[in-house]
Amino acid sequence: MEANAEIHDRFERARLVFLIITAVIALAGLADATYLTVSHLAGDDSVCGASQPCSIVLGSKYAVIAGIPTAAFGVLAYFSVFSTATLAAFGYVRARTFLAWIIAAMFLATLWFLYLQAFVLHAFCPFCLFSAAITFCLSGLTLGTPPSS
Amino acid sequence: MKRVLPFIIIAAIGVVTIGSGAMLYQSKRARIAASTTVSGTPDMKPAHVRGEADAPVTLEEFADFQCPSCAMTTLQSIQPMEKSFGSRLRVVFWHFPLPNHKHGRDGSLAAEAAGRQGKFWEMHDLLYEKQNDWSKADDIHPIFESYAQQLKLDVERFKKDFENPDVAAVVDRQHEQGEARGVKNTPTIFINGQEFPPPFNPDRLHEAIDAAMAAKNS
Repeated sequence: MEANAEIHDRFERARLVFLIITAVIALAGLADATYLTVSHLAGDDSVCGASQPCSIVLGSKYAVIAGIPTAAFGVLAYFSVFSTATLAAFGYVRARTFLAWIIAAMFLATLWFLYLQAFVLHAFCPFCLFSAAITFCLSGLTLGTPPSS
Repeated sequence: MKRVLPFIIIAAIGVVTIGSGAMLYQSKRARIAASTTVSGTPDMKPAHVRGEADAPVTLEEFADFQCPSCAMTTLQSIQPMEKSFGSRLRVVFWHFPLPNHKHGRDGSLAAEAAGRQGKFWEMHDLLYEKQNDWSKADDIHPIFESYAQQLKLDVERFKKDFENPDVAAVVDRQHEQGEARGVKNTPTIFINGQEFPPPFNPDRLHEAIDAAMAAKNS
């Protein structure tokens, strides 16, 4: 009985650590997406510096969806991940389900954006690759989070 | 308290994100406004224009005569577009010699000096066509003088103008104009005032000019 309780505690602690790491990583994605969104809204086209592939990606038609900068959806997504991970860490059980669904959607969107960069635009933007790396990390963390006991 | 704490954390992050985003937005707008003012203030009517004044599309190129991609873009993309679009396309050249090109600025001076005898564009074309011949030379003076001769210029006057500080000032002012417009590398192309991102292959350029023309007509 005691052994079971100890295992349960260990799982809970591991889950908590995974959720805290998820929230912290989501903040990095939030900063990246916020920077790109603000640059877009301010009309600052010097974000890429001298990098031509970066200009191709951020100047393409895929950088805007229905008049809204694509990066703004990233802001929303990363903020949602941060919020749900924080709530889950504080014991809100349903938040964990939402977190998994949000990250799954982000994973699919990231694959789509990587496809566009590699095969349609033939150019990569470092901000987008950073965001992709973060999403892959979040996906890995979600898959690695110990299940509920 | 424990039930409220996560919401406080989330709200705090939300406020920090919106606040820092707003501050970043303001600083970027201020920087852009400052650079727009700078580019708007100098008396910079384009010095070198090829094409009709009322052409619906204006293609501006900031370039360095020693830059290989400038030569390639001009000879393989811009010139074919000038032929293809005729009077509907106006091309403007701005000097933007890069410091890492030993003779880039000399190329600009040669073109300006030729321009003082009404042959800027002829020298412009010749410098790009013969870029490989002069760009690696130690002394470009005899080569440029032979080009002046080939274009039937007054070579003595060409030599004087090449050394004339007023001619150098024209090149410098155009370079400053490029910096004020955010030009960092060459070639940089603007189509009807909008920066056109590379690559500058003929198909993409044709498409962009078509789109600019359609936008003008709509």
